Amino acid sequence: MTAISDPMEPVSYRVESTRKETSDTFTLHLEPTNGGLSRPFLPGQFNMLYVFGVGEVPISISGNPSEKDRLVHTTREVGAVTGAMKNLRKRDPVGVRGPFGTHWPVDESVGSDIVFVAGGIGLAPLRPALYRVLSNRHHYGRVVLLYGTRSPDDILYKQEMRKWRSHFDLEVYVTVDRASERWRGNVGVVTNLIAKSPFDPHESVVFVCGPEIMMRYTVEALHKRGVDDEQLFLSMERNMKCGIGLCGHCQFGPEFICKDGPVFRYDRVAGQLDMWEL
Amino acid sequence: MKTIEDLLGDHPFFEGLSRDHMALLSGCGKNVVFEEGDDVFREGQAANHFYVIRHGRVSIDIRSAGRDSVRIETLEDGNVLGWSWLVPPYQWHFDAKAVLLTRAVALDAECLRGKCEADPNLGYEMYKRFSRIMMDRLMATRLQLLDLYGKD
Repeated sequence: MTAISDPMEPVSYRVESTRKETSDTFTLHLEPTNGGLSRPFLPGQFNMLYVFGVGEVPISISGNPSEKDRLVHTTREVGAVTGAMKNLRKRDPVGVRGPFGTHWPVDESVGSDIVFVAGGIGLAPLRPALYRVLSNRHHYGRVVLLYGTRSPDDILYKQEMRKWRSHFDLEVYVTVDRASERWRGNVGVVTNLIAKSPFDPHESVVFVCGPEIMMRYTVEALHKRGVDDEQLFLSMERNMKCGIGLCGHCQFGPEFICKDGPVFRYDRVAGQLDMWEL
Repeated sequence: MKTIEDLLGDHPFFEGLSRDHMALLSGCGKNVVFEEGDDVFREGQAANHFYVIRHGRVSIDIRSAGRDSVRIETLEDGNVLGWSWLVPPYQWHFDAKAVLLTRAVALDAECLRGKCEADPNLGYEMYKRFSRIMMDRLMATRLQLLDLYGKD
Protein backbone atom coordinates (compact mmCIF):
# COMPACT_ATOMS: atom_id res chain seq x y z
CA MET A 1 0.00 0.00 0.00
CA THR A 2 1.26 3.46 -0.87
CA ALA A 3 1.54 6.07 1.89
CA ILE A 4 -0.66 9.06 1.19
CA SER A 5 0.03 12.34 2.98
CA ASP A 6 -3.52 13.71 3.05
CA PRO A 7 -5.91 11.30 1.37
CA MET A 8 -8.60 13.97 1.00
CA GLU A 9 -6.39 16.41 -0.89
CA PRO A 10 -6.34 15.98 -4.67
CA VAL A 11 -3.01 16.11 -6.45
CA SER A 12 -2.91 18.11 -9.64
CA TYR A 13 -2.59 16.17 -12.90
CA ARG A 14 -3.27 17.14 -16.49
CA VAL A 15 -4.52 15.24 -19.47
CA GLU A 16 -1.72 13.94 -21.62
CA SER A 17 -4.08 12.29 -24.12
CA THR A 18 -7.48 10.67 -24.44
CA ARG A 19 -8.50 7.70 -26.49
CA LYS A 20 -11.91 6.50 -27.55
CA GLU A 21 -12.10 2.76 -26.91
CA THR A 22 -15.70 1.91 -27.88
CA SER A 23 -18.89 3.91 -28.46
CA ASP A 24 -19.25 4.66 -24.75
CA THR A 25 -15.85 3.99 -23.19
CA PHE A 26 -12.66 6.01 -23.27
CA THR A 27 -9.20 6.06 -21.75
CA LEU A 28 -7.54 9.03 -20.09
CA HIS A 29 -3.77 9.30 -19.85
CA LEU A 30 -2.78 11.68 -17.06
CA GLU A 31 0.59 13.15 -16.10
CA PRO A 32 1.57 15.05 -12.95
CA THR A 33 1.19 18.82 -13.56
CA ASN A 34 4.59 19.59 -12.16
CA GLY A 35 6.39 16.81 -13.95
CA GLY A 36 7.97 14.04 -11.95
CA LEU A 37 6.52 10.64 -11.24
CA SER A 38 2.96 9.66 -10.51
CA ARG A 39 2.15 7.83 -7.31
CA PRO A 40 2.90 4.11 -7.53
CA PHE A 41 -0.08 1.77 -7.43
CA LEU A 42 -0.78 -1.93 -7.28
CA PRO A 43 -2.94 -3.76 -9.86
CA GLY A 44 -6.60 -3.56 -8.88
CA GLN A 45 -6.43 -0.27 -6.97
CA PHE A 46 -8.48 2.79 -7.90
CA ASN A 47 -8.18 6.57 -7.83
CA MET A 48 -10.75 9.28 -7.16
CA LEU A 49 -10.65 11.54 -10.22
CA TYR A 50 -11.89 15.07 -9.81
CA VAL A 51 -13.13 17.12 -12.76
CA PHE A 52 -12.97 20.63 -11.36
CA GLY A 53 -16.37 22.30 -11.04
CA VAL A 54 -18.21 19.07 -11.85
CA GLY A 55 -17.37 16.40 -9.29
CA GLU A 56 -15.35 13.40 -8.30
CA VAL A 57 -15.71 9.72 -9.23
CA PRO A 58 -13.86 6.50 -8.37
CA ILE A 59 -12.16 4.90 -11.36
CA SER A 60 -9.94 1.86 -11.32
CA ILE A 61 -6.43 2.22 -12.65
CA SER A 62 -5.98 0.41 -15.94
CA GLY A 63 -2.40 1.23 -16.89
CA ASN A 64 0.88 -0.54 -16.50
CA PRO A 65 2.17 -0.40 -12.89
CA SER A 66 5.74 -0.20 -14.16
CA GLU A 67 5.07 3.05 -16.07
CA LYS A 68 5.85 5.63 -13.42
CA ASP A 69 5.35 8.81 -15.38
CA ARG A 70 1.63 8.62 -16.03
CA LEU A 71 -1.70 7.30 -14.85
CA VAL A 72 -4.13 5.49 -17.13
CA HIS A 73 -7.87 5.16 -16.47
CA THR A 74 -10.50 3.63 -18.71
CA THR A 75 -14.12 4.36 -17.95
CA ARG A 76 -17.58 4.46 -19.41
CA GLU A 77 -19.61 7.61 -19.82
CA VAL A 78 -22.46 7.08 -17.37
CA GLY A 79 -23.10 10.40 -15.62
CA ALA A 80 -22.22 14.08 -15.30
CA VAL A 81 -18.63 13.60 -14.17
CA THR A 82 -17.66 10.89 -16.65
CA GLY A 83 -19.56 12.87 -19.33
CA ALA A 84 -17.37 15.91 -18.58
CA MET A 85 -14.31 13.69 -18.40
CA LYS A 86 -14.98 12.40 -21.89
CA ASN A 87 -14.79 15.96 -23.19
CA LEU A 88 -11.46 16.76 -21.53
CA ARG A 89 -8.70 17.82 -23.88
CA LYS A 90 -4.92 17.68 -23.76
CA ARG A 91 -3.49 19.71 -20.86
CA ASP A 92 -6.88 20.06 -19.08
CA PRO A 93 -6.48 19.71 -15.29
CA VAL A 94 -7.74 16.74 -13.28
CA GLY A 95 -7.47 16.24 -9.52
CA VAL A 96 -6.36 12.80 -8.37
CA ARG A 97 -6.74 11.23 -4.94
CA GLY A 98 -5.37 7.81 -4.36
CA PRO A 99 -4.44 5.11 -5.06
CA PHE A 100 -6.92 3.41 -2.76
CA GLY A 101 -7.99 -0.09 -1.91
CA THR A 102 -6.74 -3.63 -2.08
CA HIS A 103 -5.01 -5.25 -5.03
CA TRP A 104 -5.04 -8.43 -7.10
CA PRO A 105 -2.63 -10.90 -5.43
CA VAL A 106 -0.36 -11.12 -8.46
CA ASP A 107 2.96 -11.46 -6.67
CA GLU A 108 1.41 -13.81 -4.10
CA SER A 109 0.29 -16.14 -6.93
CA VAL A 110 3.74 -16.93 -8.29
CA GLY A 111 3.93 -20.56 -9.38
CA SER A 112 0.25 -20.88 -10.21
CA ASP A 113 -1.76 -20.79 -13.42
CA ILE A 114 -3.42 -17.39 -13.65
CA VAL A 115 -6.89 -17.05 -15.11
CA PHE A 116 -8.43 -13.66 -15.80
CA VAL A 117 -12.19 -13.61 -16.34
CA ALA A 118 -13.43 -10.22 -17.48
CA GLY A 119 -16.86 -8.97 -18.47
CA GLY A 120 -17.30 -5.74 -20.43
CA ILE A 121 -15.41 -2.83 -18.91
CA GLY A 122 -14.31 -5.20 -16.13
CA LEU A 123 -11.25 -5.80 -18.27
CA ALA A 124 -9.91 -2.35 -17.30
CA PRO A 125 -9.17 -3.11 -13.61
CA LEU A 126 -7.64 -6.44 -14.62
CA ARG A 127 -5.26 -5.02 -17.20
CA PRO A 128 -2.59 -3.84 -14.70
CA ALA A 129 -2.50 -7.37 -13.26
CA LEU A 130 -2.14 -8.79 -16.75
CA TYR A 131 0.77 -6.42 -17.44
CA ARG A 132 2.41 -7.44 -14.19
CA VAL A 133 2.04 -11.16 -14.92
CA LEU A 134 3.32 -10.76 -18.48
CA SER A 135 6.35 -8.81 -17.29
CA ASN A 136 7.25 -11.74 -15.03
CA ARG A 137 5.84 -14.40 -17.31
CA HIS A 138 8.33 -17.11 -16.32
CA HIS A 139 7.07 -16.98 -12.71
CA TYR A 140 3.66 -18.39 -13.66
CA GLY A 141 2.18 -21.49 -15.25
CA ARG A 142 -0.47 -21.09 -17.90
CA VAL A 143 -1.95 -17.64 -18.27
CA VAL A 144 -5.46 -17.44 -19.68
CA LEU A 145 -7.70 -14.45 -20.39
CA LEU A 146 -11.42 -15.11 -20.83
CA TYR A 147 -13.28 -12.03 -21.96
CA GLY A 148 -16.98 -11.54 -22.60
CA THR A 149 -18.58 -8.43 -23.92
CA ARG A 150 -21.73 -7.22 -25.64
CA SER A 151 -20.69 -7.26 -29.31
CA PRO A 152 -17.54 -7.21 -31.44
CA ASP A 153 -17.72 -3.38 -31.48
CA ASP A 154 -17.60 -3.34 -27.68
CA ILE A 155 -14.31 -5.20 -27.33
CA LEU A 156 -12.02 -3.12 -25.15
CA TYR A 157 -8.35 -2.55 -25.98
CA LYS A 158 -8.82 -4.16 -29.39
CA GLN A 159 -5.28 -3.54 -30.66
CA GLU A 160 -3.75 -4.80 -27.47
CA MET A 161 -6.06 -7.80 -27.49
CA ARG A 162 -4.68 -8.73 -30.93
CA LYS A 163 -1.15 -8.39 -29.60
CA TRP A 164 -1.95 -10.54 -26.58
CA ARG A 165 -3.49 -13.18 -28.82
CA SER A 166 -0.26 -13.39 -30.76
CA HIS A 167 1.69 -14.27 -27.60
CA PHE A 168 2.48 -17.96 -27.48
CA ASP A 169 2.47 -17.88 -23.70
CA LEU A 170 -0.92 -16.21 -23.18
CA GLU A 171 -4.19 -17.78 -24.22
CA VAL A 172 -6.96 -15.34 -25.01
CA TYR A 173 -10.57 -16.33 -25.56
CA VAL A 174 -13.17 -13.73 -26.43
CA THR A 175 -16.92 -14.19 -26.63
CA VAL A 176 -19.71 -11.73 -27.39
CA ASP A 177 -23.40 -11.78 -26.53
CA ARG A 178 -24.45 -11.17 -30.11
CA ALA A 179 -22.86 -10.52 -33.46
CA SER A 180 -23.51 -10.32 -37.16
CA GLU A 181 -22.65 -13.23 -39.40
CA ARG A 182 -19.36 -11.57 -40.29
CA TRP A 183 -18.02 -12.39 -36.80
CA ARG A 184 -16.06 -15.65 -36.82
CA GLY A 185 -15.38 -15.80 -33.09
CA ASN A 186 -17.36 -17.13 -30.15
CA VAL A 187 -20.91 -16.04 -29.40
CA GLY A 188 -22.34 -16.80 -25.97
CA VAL A 189 -21.81 -15.99 -22.33
CA VAL A 190 -18.32 -15.82 -20.84
CA THR A 191 -19.11 -18.69 -18.47
CA ASN A 192 -19.24 -21.00 -21.53
CA LEU A 193 -15.52 -20.45 -21.97
CA ILE A 194 -14.63 -21.68 -18.51
CA ALA A 195 -15.34 -25.37 -19.09
CA LYS A 196 -13.11 -25.43 -22.18
CA SER A 197 -10.21 -23.24 -21.21
CA PRO A 198 -6.83 -24.85 -20.61
CA PHE A 199 -5.90 -24.32 -16.95
CA ASP A 200 -5.43 -26.63 -14.02
CA PRO A 201 -8.33 -25.90 -11.66
CA HIS A 202 -6.38 -27.10 -8.64
CA GLU A 203 -3.28 -25.02 -9.39
CA SER A 204 -4.89 -21.79 -10.54
CA VAL A 205 -5.63 -18.41 -9.11
CA VAL A 206 -8.58 -16.75 -10.78
CA PHE A 207 -9.21 -13.00 -10.97
CA VAL A 208 -12.76 -12.03 -11.92
CA CYS A 209 -14.11 -8.59 -12.73
CA GLY A 210 -17.39 -7.63 -14.37
CA PRO A 211 -21.04 -7.01 -13.57
CA GLU A 212 -22.08 -8.72 -10.34
CA ILE A 213 -24.49 -11.14 -12.03
CA MET A 214 -21.78 -12.19 -14.44
CA MET A 215 -19.40 -12.75 -11.51
CA ARG A 216 -21.98 -14.90 -9.69
CA TYR A 217 -22.41 -17.23 -12.66
CA THR A 218 -18.68 -17.19 -13.31
CA VAL A 219 -18.04 -18.39 -9.76
CA GLU A 220 -20.61 -21.14 -10.28
CA ALA A 221 -18.89 -22.28 -13.48
CA LEU A 222 -15.46 -22.14 -11.77
CA HIS A 223 -16.75 -24.24 -8.89
CA LYS A 224 -18.04 -26.79 -11.39
CA ARG A 225 -14.58 -26.85 -12.94
CA GLY A 226 -13.09 -27.59 -9.51
CA VAL A 227 -11.72 -24.19 -8.46
CA ASP A 228 -11.93 -23.63 -4.68
CA ASP A 229 -13.16 -20.44 -3.00
CA GLU A 230 -9.65 -19.66 -1.72
CA GLN A 231 -8.32 -19.47 -5.28
CA LEU A 232 -10.92 -16.97 -6.41
CA PHE A 233 -10.69 -13.17 -6.26
CA LEU A 234 -13.37 -10.68 -7.29
CA SER A 235 -13.35 -6.93 -7.72
CA MET A 236 -16.51 -5.38 -6.29
CA GLU A 237 -17.98 -2.02 -7.11
CA ARG A 238 -20.09 0.32 -5.01
CA ASN A 239 -20.53 4.05 -4.68
CA MET A 240 -17.12 5.02 -3.32
CA LYS A 241 -16.82 8.60 -2.05
CA CYS A 242 -14.12 9.25 0.51
CA GLY A 243 -11.86 6.34 -0.48
CA ILE A 244 -10.68 5.71 3.06
CA GLY A 245 -13.59 3.99 4.79
CA LEU A 246 -14.95 7.03 6.64
CA CYS A 247 -18.12 8.11 4.86
CA GLY A 248 -19.84 4.72 4.60
CA HIS A 249 -21.19 5.20 1.07
CA CYS A 250 -19.62 2.00 -0.16
CA GLN A 251 -20.53 -0.20 2.79
CA PHE A 252 -21.04 -3.81 1.70
CA GLY A 253 -22.20 -5.81 4.71
CA PRO A 254 -19.40 -5.55 7.24
CA GLU A 255 -16.91 -4.32 4.61
CA PHE A 256 -16.15 -1.01 3.01
CA ILE A 257 -15.40 -1.54 -0.66
CA CYS A 258 -13.00 1.42 -0.80
CA LYS A 259 -10.85 0.27 2.08
CA ASP A 260 -11.36 -3.50 2.48
CA GLY A 261 -11.80 -3.95 -1.29
CA PRO A 262 -12.35 -3.51 -4.15
CA VAL A 263 -10.49 -6.81 -4.56
CA PHE A 264 -11.74 -9.52 -2.21
CA ARG A 265 -11.03 -13.18 -1.88
CA TYR A 266 -14.33 -14.80 -2.81
CA ASP A 267 -14.99 -16.51 0.52
CA ARG A 268 -14.93 -13.13 2.24
CA VAL A 269 -17.88 -11.77 0.24
CA ALA A 270 -19.67 -14.96 -0.83
CA GLY A 271 -22.46 -14.49 1.71
CA GLN A 272 -23.18 -10.97 0.54
CA LEU A 273 -23.29 -11.59 -3.19
CA ASP A 274 -26.79 -13.03 -3.15
CA MET A 275 -28.29 -10.31 -0.94
CA TRP A 276 -30.15 -7.98 -3.24
CA GLU A 277 -30.52 -5.20 -0.69
CA LEU A 278 -26.77 -4.68 -0.18
CA MET B 1 -8.74 -45.29 -37.44
CA LYS B 2 -11.38 -44.60 -34.83
CA THR B 3 -14.84 -46.07 -35.19
CA ILE B 4 -18.04 -44.06 -34.68
CA GLU B 5 -18.36 -45.75 -31.30
CA ASP B 6 -14.86 -44.60 -30.34
CA LEU B 7 -15.58 -41.04 -31.47
CA LEU B 8 -18.85 -40.89 -29.53
CA GLY B 9 -17.15 -42.46 -26.52
CA ASP B 10 -14.59 -39.60 -26.54
CA HIS B 11 -17.32 -36.97 -26.46
CA PRO B 12 -18.44 -35.58 -23.07
CA PHE B 13 -22.12 -35.73 -24.04
CA PHE B 14 -22.06 -39.53 -23.89
CA GLU B 15 -20.05 -39.85 -20.69
CA GLY B 16 -21.44 -42.57 -18.44
CA LEU B 17 -23.60 -44.21 -21.12
CA SER B 18 -23.51 -48.03 -21.10
CA ARG B 19 -21.60 -49.93 -23.79
CA ASP B 20 -24.84 -51.45 -25.09
CA HIS B 21 -26.39 -48.03 -25.52
CA MET B 22 -23.23 -46.69 -27.13
CA ALA B 23 -23.35 -49.55 -29.61
CA LEU B 24 -27.00 -48.81 -30.37
CA LEU B 25 -26.34 -45.11 -30.91
CA SER B 26 -23.28 -45.70 -33.04
CA GLY B 27 -25.42 -47.62 -35.51
CA CYS B 28 -27.22 -44.34 -36.27
CA GLY B 29 -24.04 -42.25 -36.70
CA LYS B 30 -21.79 -41.23 -39.56
CA ASN B 31 -18.80 -38.90 -39.90
CA VAL B 32 -19.43 -35.55 -41.55
CA VAL B 33 -17.24 -32.56 -42.44
CA PHE B 34 -18.38 -28.99 -43.11
CA GLU B 35 -16.09 -26.52 -44.81
CA GLU B 36 -15.96 -22.97 -43.50
CA GLY B 37 -19.14 -21.19 -44.64
CA ASP B 38 -21.14 -24.36 -45.31
CA ASP B 39 -24.72 -24.54 -44.08
CA VAL B 40 -25.25 -27.34 -41.59
CA PHE B 41 -29.00 -26.78 -41.75
CA ARG B 42 -31.47 -24.01 -42.50
CA GLU B 43 -34.54 -22.83 -40.62
CA GLY B 44 -37.67 -24.72 -41.70
CA GLN B 45 -35.82 -27.78 -43.01
CA ALA B 46 -36.61 -31.21 -41.57
CA ALA B 47 -34.53 -31.96 -38.46
CA ASN B 48 -33.19 -35.27 -39.68
CA HIS B 49 -29.98 -35.32 -37.63
CA PHE B 50 -28.29 -33.98 -34.58
CA TYR B 51 -24.58 -33.31 -34.55
CA VAL B 52 -21.87 -34.20 -32.09
CA ILE B 53 -19.16 -31.62 -32.75
CA ARG B 54 -15.65 -33.05 -32.62
CA HIS B 55 -13.65 -30.08 -33.93
CA GLY B 56 -14.50 -26.67 -35.32
CA ARG B 57 -17.14 -24.03 -34.74
CA VAL B 58 -20.77 -23.81 -35.81
CA SER B 59 -22.93 -20.71 -35.45
CA ILE B 60 -26.65 -20.51 -34.71
CA ASP B 61 -28.10 -17.60 -36.69
CA ILE B 62 -31.53 -15.99 -36.95
CA ARG B 63 -32.49 -14.73 -40.35
CA SER B 64 -34.75 -11.79 -40.92
CA ALA B 65 -35.83 -10.51 -44.33
CA GLY B 66 -34.01 -7.34 -45.35
CA ARG B 67 -31.58 -7.48 -42.42
CA ASP B 68 -28.29 -9.15 -41.69
CA SER B 69 -28.55 -12.44 -39.86
CA VAL B 70 -27.99 -12.20 -36.12
CA ARG B 71 -25.51 -14.63 -34.65
CA ILE B 72 -26.87 -15.75 -31.30
CA GLU B 73 -24.59 -18.58 -30.32
CA THR B 74 -21.60 -20.59 -31.41
CA LEU B 75 -20.88 -24.21 -30.57
CA GLU B 76 -17.52 -25.89 -30.60
CA ASP B 77 -15.59 -29.04 -29.75
CA GLY B 78 -17.42 -30.99 -27.08
CA ASN B 79 -20.82 -29.42 -27.83
CA VAL B 80 -23.92 -30.96 -29.35
CA LEU B 81 -25.87 -29.18 -32.08
CA GLY B 82 -29.64 -29.47 -32.44
CA TRP B 83 -32.54 -30.80 -30.41
CA SER B 84 -35.41 -30.16 -32.85
CA TRP B 85 -35.12 -33.80 -33.92
CA LEU B 86 -36.61 -34.69 -30.50
CA VAL B 87 -39.74 -32.56 -30.68
CA PRO B 88 -42.49 -32.71 -33.34
CA PRO B 89 -42.81 -31.41 -36.01
CA TYR B 90 -39.03 -32.12 -36.23
CA GLN B 91 -38.07 -28.91 -38.02
CA TRP B 92 -35.11 -26.60 -37.46
CA HIS B 93 -35.97 -23.21 -35.95
CA PHE B 94 -32.69 -21.49 -36.75
CA ASP B 95 -29.89 -21.63 -39.29
CA ALA B 96 -26.63 -23.37 -38.44
CA LYS B 97 -23.45 -22.61 -40.34
CA ALA B 98 -19.85 -23.82 -40.08
CA VAL B 99 -17.80 -20.78 -39.10
CA LEU B 100 -14.60 -22.83 -39.21
CA LEU B 101 -13.84 -26.20 -40.74
CA THR B 102 -15.96 -28.52 -38.62
CA ARG B 103 -15.84 -32.27 -38.12
CA ALA B 104 -18.79 -33.94 -36.44
CA VAL B 105 -20.69 -37.16 -36.05
CA ALA B 106 -24.21 -36.82 -37.47
CA LEU B 107 -26.78 -39.04 -35.79
CA ASP B 108 -29.77 -40.00 -37.88
CA ALA B 109 -32.92 -38.77 -36.12
CA GLU B 110 -35.36 -41.34 -37.44
CA CYS B 111 -33.02 -44.18 -36.56
CA LEU B 112 -32.47 -42.71 -33.09
CA ARG B 113 -36.13 -42.03 -32.38
CA GLY B 114 -36.90 -45.63 -33.33
CA LYS B 115 -34.26 -46.96 -30.94
CA CYS B 116 -35.43 -44.67 -28.15
CA GLU B 117 -39.02 -45.86 -28.61
CA ALA B 118 -37.90 -49.48 -28.55
CA ASP B 119 -35.60 -49.02 -25.55
CA PRO B 120 -37.10 -46.56 -23.02
CA ASN B 121 -33.90 -46.65 -20.94
CA LEU B 122 -31.95 -45.31 -23.90
CA GLY B 123 -34.71 -42.76 -24.52
CA TYR B 124 -34.54 -41.62 -20.89
CA GLU B 125 -30.75 -41.31 -21.05
CA MET B 126 -31.02 -39.18 -24.16
CA TYR B 127 -33.73 -36.95 -22.66
CA LYS B 128 -31.71 -36.47 -19.46
CA ARG B 129 -28.71 -35.36 -21.49
CA PHE B 130 -30.65 -33.07 -23.78
CA SER B 131 -32.60 -31.56 -20.84
CA ARG B 132 -29.30 -30.54 -19.30
CA ILE B 133 -28.19 -28.90 -22.53
CA MET B 134 -31.54 -27.13 -22.90
CA MET B 135 -31.31 -25.84 -19.34
CA ASP B 136 -27.74 -24.57 -19.80
CA ARG B 137 -28.64 -22.83 -23.05
CA LEU B 138 -31.84 -21.32 -21.62
CA MET B 139 -29.79 -19.96 -18.73
CA ALA B 140 -27.18 -18.56 -21.10
CA THR B 141 -29.87 -16.98 -23.27
CA ARG B 142 -31.42 -15.32 -20.24
CA LEU B 143 -28.06 -13.87 -19.26
CA GLN B 144 -27.54 -12.62 -22.80
CA LEU B 145 -30.97 -10.98 -22.69
CA LEU B 146 -29.98 -9.06 -19.55
CA ASP B 147 -27.45 -7.12 -21.62
CA LEU B 148 -25.11 -7.32 -18.62
CA TYR B 149 -22.41 -5.20 -20.12
CA GLY B 150 -24.66 -2.23 -20.90
CA LYS B 151 -24.79 0.97 -18.88
CA ASP B 152 -27.39 -0.11 -16.31
